[in-house]
Amino acid sequence: MKNIRLLKDSFVSKSFLALTILSISTVVLIGLGLFYKSIPILNSTSLYNLLFSSEWKPFKEAFGFYPFIVGTLWVTAIAIIIALPLSMLTAIYLSEYAHIRIRKLVLPLIELLSGIPPVLYGVWGVLVIIPLIQDHIAPHFVEFSTGYSVLAGGIVLAIMIFPLIISIVIEVFVNVPQDLRNASLSLGATQWQTTKKVVLRKSTDGIVAAVVLAISRAFGETIAVLMVCGNLAQVPQNIFDSAYPLPALIANNYGEMMSIPMYDSALMFAALLLFVIIFLFNALSRIILYRIEKRNN
Amino acid sequence: MRKIEENIFKVLMILSTVIISSTLFMILYTLFSKGLGSLNWDMVSKIPEGGFYIGKGGGILNAIVGSIYITIGSTILGLFVSLPIVIYINVYAKKNAALATITRLSYDILFGIPSIVYGAFGFAIMVYMGLKTSLLAGIITVTLMIIPILVRAIDEVVRVVPEDMSNAVFSMGGTRYESAKVILRQSIPGIITAILLSFGRAIGDAACVLFTAGFTDSIPTSLDQPAATLPLSIFFQLSSPIQEVQNRAYAAAVVLTIIVLVINILAKVASKNLSKNKI
Repeated sequence: MKNIRLLKDSFVSKSFLALTILSISTVVLIGLGLFYKSIPILNSTSLYNLLFSSEWKPFKEAFGFYPFIVGTLWVTAIAIIIALPLSMLTAIYLSEYAHIRIRKLVLPLIELLSGIPPVLYGVWGVLVIIPLIQDHIAPHFVEFSTGYSVLAGGIVLAIMIFPLIISIVIEVFVNVPQDLRNASLSLGATQWQTTKKVVLRKSTDGIVAAVVLAISRAFGETIAVLMVCGNLAQVPQNIFDSAYPLPALIANNYGEMMSIPMYDSALMFAALLLFVIIFLFNALSRIILYRIEKRNN
Repeated sequence: MRKIEENIFKVLMILSTVIISSTLFMILYTLFSKGLGSLNWDMVSKIPEGGFYIGKGGGILNAIVGSIYITIGSTILGLFVSLPIVIYINVYAKKNAALATITRLSYDILFGIPSIVYGAFGFAIMVYMGLKTSLLAGIITVTLMIIPILVRAIDEVVRVVPEDMSNAVFSMGGTRYESAKVILRQSIPGIITAILLSFGRAIGDAACVLFTAGFTDSIPTSLDQPAATLPLSIFFQLSSPIQEVQNRAYAAAVVLTIIVLVINILAKVASKNLSKNKI
């Protein structure tokens, strides 16, 4: 009887180990799978041309991703510029200033924000942000804009990454030892001075990690951006121009990709590009955050 | 001087907090005020009739049911993979062992991989395995996407089960497998929270099933038939030039919003009850 129990235990141990190893190798598998599918395009076009050529003519087998890469960078940059100050201020307020009751009221709202599906952000963007830009913002700056623009994408994305930045930054602030704050306050520093000189300085690496994670989230967001960006394969000249970010390109063309030679390979290359960049960004910031957590324990 | 600076920043902080927490209400208000008018019983109880996309009759039942099939299927499949993994890194691999750390790190990274990349990878698998766009292909892809959510969320609760609990099992001569059962029982409220979280994510994601689940006007009756999903149905109908079809997209958005809100609030309630069974 005892033997059966031990056998069961060691069987479970080995099979769970196998499953664990198999499943963490998904990271490698995704990379390899996408690479395998993009070999044809890598063989026919040089990497330099793929990344820096602006010529996008799938029928002529010309695949230059430059406009899409620039579009992605613009949208991401605007999202971070809007989201970072707002969410930093909110995180500081909630963790250093706000009464516990306010924190308990506001944090769940912010968490709910992160639970809203991207497509609903897209609908909201089309209903609210697009008309706002078209009628009230763009006319002050440019002659004509449909509203479907880099700016619209940036605003919608900014709202989508608020919860991410806030929750990580609050987590990082929590890991700053209370003694440090007390020491600073007892020297006569105001709360703001303590926050600025002690808490923020101590949290710099964690904040960097949060921002890098937010960038990678914004980088890969598809449907919401697709719905508000206009999707024109051009290099945007200003924030009221339409853009065509990489994830939107992949999502929009899956229908015809099997019918044009090399097209599917080109789109898989776009996915590989996203995967590699986001993998690196994520790995980097997660390692930083792990270190912070370890240092605190 | 330093008082002034502090006050300026305090005002800015409160302002930001108000802006950010009110965006949720702004979004909900917009979605509901636009969509409630077009929402009626036909919308949620009928599948599209012929000519649905040019404004003829019918509803979005196909998308609601398709979404639920994919979500339930992938959550069950995801649990089969993620529970053993969490058990392994918490019970079998000793604490802070390299394998446990690597596993957690890779799941944190996988969590950040965008759903469109899972969609493209799922498509590659689908072609490799000779599947066509179908419910099954959709479920596999969504499963890949939610496993990281499940692993991270369940790991979070299993980690905080007191060590005494498993030590008690060991001291009575129990095996690690038996202690795992005790730990799992302790973590049930947390596991339910994790399931609800992944449910919410799976039902709302469009990019991931775009390539793999296909789209159809009927309700799938077997795994190899294509399935419609709510997010895609919103997405497709919204791009229609016909006002009536657009209104249906808004109504579908209300349905999705309600489902997601209910799931998220349930998850909150479940995680509140987390500490119930602690020693």
